[in-house]
Amino acid sequence: MSETPRLVVQPAPFLRPQVTTPRIMGDVLLALLPCLGVAGWLFGIGALLVVAAATVAAVATEWALAPAPRGRSLADGSAAVTGILLGLTLPPSFPLWMAALGGFVAIALGKAAWGGLGHNLFNPALVGRAFLQAAFPIAITTWVPPSGPLALYRGNLALPLMQSAPDAVTAASPLNLMKFQGDTGDLGSLFLGGIPGSLGETSALAILAGGLWLLARRAFDWRLPAGMLLAVAALSALLHGVAPERYPSAAFMLLSGGLLFGAVFMASDPVTSPTSPLGAWIFGAGAGVLVVLIRLWGGLPEGVMYAILLMNAATPLLDRVTQPRAFGHRRWQGSARA
Amino acid sequence: MSLLAGAAGSFRHGVHPAEHKESTAHLPVERMPFAGRFVLPLAQHLGAPARPVVQPGDRVARGQRIAEPGGFVSTAIHSPVTGQVVAIAPRPHPQGRLAEAIEIAVDPFDLQRPPRRPPLAWRELTDDAFAAAVQEGGLVGMGGAAFPTHVKYRLPEGRRVHTLVINGCECEPYLTCDHRLMVERPEAVLRGAAIAAARLGVETTVIGVEANKPDAVTALRAALDGRGDVRVAPLAVKYPQGAEKMLVRALFHQEVPSGKLPLDLGYVVNNVATMAALADWLERGQPLIERVVTVAGPGVRRPANLLVPLGTPVRAVLDHCGGLTADACEVVLGGPMMGTPIASLDVPVLKGTSGILAFTAAEAQQPSEYTCIRCGRCVEACPQLLNPSRLGRLARAGRYEEMEGYFVADCVECGSCSFACPSGIPIVQLIRVAKAALRERKA
Repeated sequence: MSETPRLVVQPAPFLRPQVTTPRIMGDVLLALLPCLGVAGWLFGIGALLVVAAATVAAVATEWALAPAPRGRSLADGSAAVTGILLGLTLPPSFPLWMAALGGFVAIALGKAAWGGLGHNLFNPALVGRAFLQAAFPIAITTWVPPSGPLALYRGNLALPLMQSAPDAVTAASPLNLMKFQGDTGDLGSLFLGGIPGSLGETSALAILAGGLWLLARRAFDWRLPAGMLLAVAALSALLHGVAPERYPSAAFMLLSGGLLFGAVFMASDPVTSPTSPLGAWIFGAGAGVLVVLIRLWGGLPEGVMYAILLMNAATPLLDRVTQPRAFGHRRWQGSARA
Repeated sequence: MSLLAGAAGSFRHGVHPAEHKESTAHLPVERMPFAGRFVLPLAQHLGAPARPVVQPGDRVARGQRIAEPGGFVSTAIHSPVTGQVVAIAPRPHPQGRLAEAIEIAVDPFDLQRPPRRPPLAWRELTDDAFAAAVQEGGLVGMGGAAFPTHVKYRLPEGRRVHTLVINGCECEPYLTCDHRLMVERPEAVLRGAAIAAARLGVETTVIGVEANKPDAVTALRAALDGRGDVRVAPLAVKYPQGAEKMLVRALFHQEVPSGKLPLDLGYVVNNVATMAALADWLERGQPLIERVVTVAGPGVRRPANLLVPLGTPVRAVLDHCGGLTADACEVVLGGPMMGTPIASLDVPVLKGTSGILAFTAAEAQQPSEYTCIRCGRCVEACPQLLNPSRLGRLARAGRYEEMEGYFVADCVECGSCSFACPSGIPIVQLIRVAKAALRERKA
């Protein structure tokens, strides 16, 4: 007779999930590598320092503010993801102290204040960016042309609480040119990224590579970016078809500004988007429509950040009205009160 | 294969766990030698426990009835061996407590001839008499739930059944006992199905088999020999296809309404092994005294498909398979998605025991738990189209009454949500606890 081993008794199921939350966060980090690489190649050391400042501040804030046991919430990797995402939405010559402040706000106000990962209503990286946009409107819209892998910008080194010294060379982003000068430039450089812009969003190629990785690893709900991009493409193609001289082409709208980056990496944040497939489509489409409205008729050249934040706010409502119809029921879930 | 699966029907949502069937799918069923002692709990089916009709000290023959049904939703129990009743007393039960059981010591000098009698004239029986005859054979659903089979053949007044559904999905990973039965005894399955179909008066019989068992489909079709009233339907491989409401949805695109049974839509669903057992009982007089059990998992030295006399201690079955590996630390009866973990190897194989699975520390380790990131994977997994994430949150908060508005009562506890959750949240367990608490409050 065999000896009796000490048997573990735990509830079914006995098979473990194939995808884990740290793996998802790890996949997002890997998916961001092409963007980071292109940012370093085009905009240089200064750009990478901006990302590093935001990330270090975000991780440190998570460590300091997350519930006990201290540091346990770092294990899922989400704070680092937030910091890198924020950094990649900033201009390459952005002062490092401002980037760090943004990383702090992203975690403190964007996440910890809500109760930590999974409880926040708004995308933390975008909360950080919205704060920076409000606090430092000049610095966050000061673009430089790509200056090569060795570039470091005077703006980066501004002392805390000091005005950033303007860089010798500044440049307008393609969306600025479109909005204020009606110039939509060259689609090829929009695709490859050799244009002024926030440091992670200029190269459509790098973003798409990351998106394909996330898709292959099933690390995000593809309906969110797909809905957003389809809505932008459809609406801007329609407008361009009606009045090509007044409205830019769908290709320009898709490739310029922060749309691709926002769709692939920000709108797809599971925490701040609906859980149901139908809700995901509505969220994506709503964000896409808002982007077009803000870009073409709003006061700002770019609207991706506010479009996603607004849809974040609508997420609890979307979740409520898009519950799947339960098997064998006619009523919608949540409609019955016990 | 994927083309085949694409063409086959299925239900909505569900999960795709690794199948792990390769270690036993090709192994013919071998007969397990008799152990020395057998433990037959009086409660090994759904419903009322059986009542003993023997006394300690009584000599019993193999196949002799040792307990009678304890009510209508209950069934008889028979001795798996010729031997002597040594005790009627509480014994370890797979559910984790002691339960009243009949313990029988085998007679080592008996030839253990299988019980035989002439075929029963089942066509001539009234409905009541047929149900009673099936109940007398101790037959239960052998897919795991162990629901007394005769209940399905005593239809409520005025109820019509148009289709008999035979469940050969075996969607739980690791398990291959139904697979082997379909390959090795397809004619027994079909004879049982023919009896069931005739008694129910149905025009059509459909056997649902997942497409990962092409040899079972072939064997059944060959045994059919051109009969047109039975259809073998390959289904896409997906868990939990074998849940009867999912199976009806997969085969006929019909949703059984909440709180209703397939019977309400005119379907009766039976497991393949139950059909073979029905034929064995009515045609040969062998009651349910043995069943095929898959012994598998990384903690088992020699995986096998065994024909095990009911009441055999799990320890004896594992010993027959070379014992547990040194690092085995978890033993489960049934499949890995819905099975029962056991704390002691002294519990017996029951009528509903489809598998004995052993896992090592690597599989048994609880996943680290992270906070819910609202990714929606559980929502896309739930075959009942519920929102497990929300149910889990409400359960954690103790807001059980609110869960009823999200149809917690419809949860079939298939475990797809826990399996899909990247944050390692034991969602189905939270729901189980909530359901139990709700039942208690209502009682």
